[in-house]
Amino acid sequence: MEQSKTRPSATEVNPDSFGQCPLPITEHATVQLSHGSGGKMMSQLIDQLFLWAFDNENLKQLDDQAVLTMNDGRLAFSTDSFVIDPIFFPGGDIGELAVNGTVNDVAMCGARPLYLSAGFIIEEGFPLQDLKRIVVSMSTAATQAGVAVVTGDTKVVNKGKGDKVFINTAGIGVIEHDHNISSHNLQPGDLLLVNGSIADHGMAVLSRREGLAFEIPIESDTAALNGLISEILNAGQGSVHAMRDPTRGGLASTLNEFAANSEVGIRIRESKLPLKPAVAGACEVLGLDPLHVANEGKLVVAVARDRAQAVLETMRAHPLGKDAALIGEVIAEEAGRVSMQTRIGAWRIVDMLVGEQLPRIC
Amino acid sequence: MKYLDEYRNPDIARRIIEEIHAVTTRPWVIMEICGGQTHSIIKNGIDQLLPSEIELVHGPGCPVCVTPLEQIDKALEIASRPDVIFTSFGDMLRVPGSEKDLFVVKSEGGDVRIVYSPLDAVDLARKNPDKQVVFFAVGFETTAPNNAMAVWQAHREGLKNFSVLVSHVLVPPAMIALLSASSNRVQGYLAAGHVCTVMGWEEYIPIASQFEVPIVVTGFEPMDILEGVLLVVKQLEQGKAEVENQYSRVVRREGNRPAQDLIKRVFRISNRKWRGIGEIPASGLTLTPEMQDHDAELVFDVADLKVEEPAECISGEVLQGLKKPFECDAFGKTCTPQTPLGATMVSTEGACSAYYLYHRKNGAALKS
Repeated sequence: MEQSKTRPSATEVNPDSFGQCPLPITEHATVQLSHGSGGKMMSQLIDQLFLWAFDNENLKQLDDQAVLTMNDGRLAFSTDSFVIDPIFFPGGDIGELAVNGTVNDVAMCGARPLYLSAGFIIEEGFPLQDLKRIVVSMSTAATQAGVAVVTGDTKVVNKGKGDKVFINTAGIGVIEHDHNISSHNLQPGDLLLVNGSIADHGMAVLSRREGLAFEIPIESDTAALNGLISEILNAGQGSVHAMRDPTRGGLASTLNEFAANSEVGIRIRESKLPLKPAVAGACEVLGLDPLHVANEGKLVVAVARDRAQAVLETMRAHPLGKDAALIGEVIAEEAGRVSMQTRIGAWRIVDMLVGEQLPRIC
Repeated sequence: MKYLDEYRNPDIARRIIEEIHAVTTRPWVIMEICGGQTHSIIKNGIDQLLPSEIELVHGPGCPVCVTPLEQIDKALEIASRPDVIFTSFGDMLRVPGSEKDLFVVKSEGGDVRIVYSPLDAVDLARKNPDKQVVFFAVGFETTAPNNAMAVWQAHREGLKNFSVLVSHVLVPPAMIALLSASSNRVQGYLAAGHVCTVMGWEEYIPIASQFEVPIVVTGFEPMDILEGVLLVVKQLEQGKAEVENQYSRVVRREGNRPAQDLIKRVFRISNRKWRGIGEIPASGLTLTPEMQDHDAELVFDVADLKVEEPAECISGEVLQGLKKPFECDAFGKTCTPQTPLGATMVSTEGACSAYYLYHRKNGAALKS
């Protein structure tokens, strides 16, 4: 994520101005949908408001989780909210997503996720049968991921004041290794691996949105990745430098965050990106770049070159990594930039998504 | 995947590029008409692989970009009304009007919805008889048949609560305007494949002969564009000025006759203002008198709204191929896809956004 290094922190500015941002959040006086889409506007909102207000070393890392040093070890702590529409979609539902999403965020630093909280904001009139289906799905996902939902909260809001159901989960895990696995830790020479086809989740959800009258045989890739991560860490033998799950904003956002946070350049090859034909076709029809489309069961791993092959083979031997691919490399030059060699051999920049993804006119 | 991979094949691309290098002996300026082609060129890096003698300049064929500011302001005015469901293709929502865009109207409570087809908007009108449903009918000849079909269906069913805000423009009058300008540098054209799918290519024959420019109807994949460039360069090197059809897997000489008939049934040819360029005679479409009940400008009484374009944005010159996006002082600084000064920075077909997204550094090729 982009951070300004010169901006005063909340404690350095005049207390009278607290609540007013030191810099305007772009041009908008009100919150726009784009402020939550995982791209540049969200990055600016985090940078200019939340980081400014909550200024601390843990938050500043802007990783998927906070790594907290306790008396005799380290804990990973993360939270995520789920407001997906539709709540039931091909390949999953909001409940399964809420468990897997937070499990993955905790696990991306190599932690073993243990406990989750679950907060529900439910709209008045929501069918209990649907709520039960969602909760059972959460329970199944938690069992599969080896975590327990140990605390929770329920709020019901008036009809029309929410949209069916929103779920927040937070998760805690223990870090049982001594390595630093972080988006700030990519090293020139590292190779970048992804555990399978990209853009499945975003296109599966989009195919069920109101108004899109085509059905594509695509299912969400939602999955808890902690099992796969544990095997990646074993195969990496201390050489795994960064992991992240490219959710909203897609692979492009994750790679740009890697490049910015570690001050390195990243190069990928278009021909190496795993992409299912149906997903590629749907993206073409709608004019969407699969690099910007969300995933929910994918991770990108930056690993030292000499261990990359071993990690890749380990990933391919795991059910959640059988289509794993080596997609690119980390370089010392071009710090902060992600570029991609196109199929025909030229190069282009891969930028973060700006605003919402908009289907094109023609 | 079928119909895509074969047109992105690196080996075939290399062979066509070698042939272009072999036939090029002099500098040539070629314009691709369509913004979809511009994006394909920049996104795939096609310009990096051509001989240095060949300059590709980017044409006005981006429907979002050429929609005049006053039409955007009319859209914002209509969309802000409480009894309206305003529908549009997604591209238009972020195009800046004089003060805001449709996203802001939406966040202020306006019922603004993205649809994927104008027929979805007709369906919304059927399901919401107590609301006025308006569709923003923007585009070139490519989208005209779909928009005409929506109006035709609403007309036939007597749907009084469906109307369209029309901002339809036509390619050949714009080409003639560009070629007639004293500043013109363009020596050959890649015509827009999808426009020709509807209209065919006969109407380009008099333009090619009058202005002595080769015109090649061209598709959108890397192979299409490379082949289109090759055909134009061959003609230029041989002193020819003919219309050729590279996109023959889709485009017929006579185009799609039923689609053309439908357009004629619903629209008539009229003068149109182009954003950044100005009014071009007989360059657009307006609803026929018979269809006027579905004209949102009349339904909401906004037809007289006139707005001047801001002077700081050079998108007009970009759209005419006179300047490259990075020659603008605001490019990448005050003007970005997030804070666009003009529509060319917003649209997925706009030249400024293509350069910003894929070639930030003055369009210079990234080194391999």
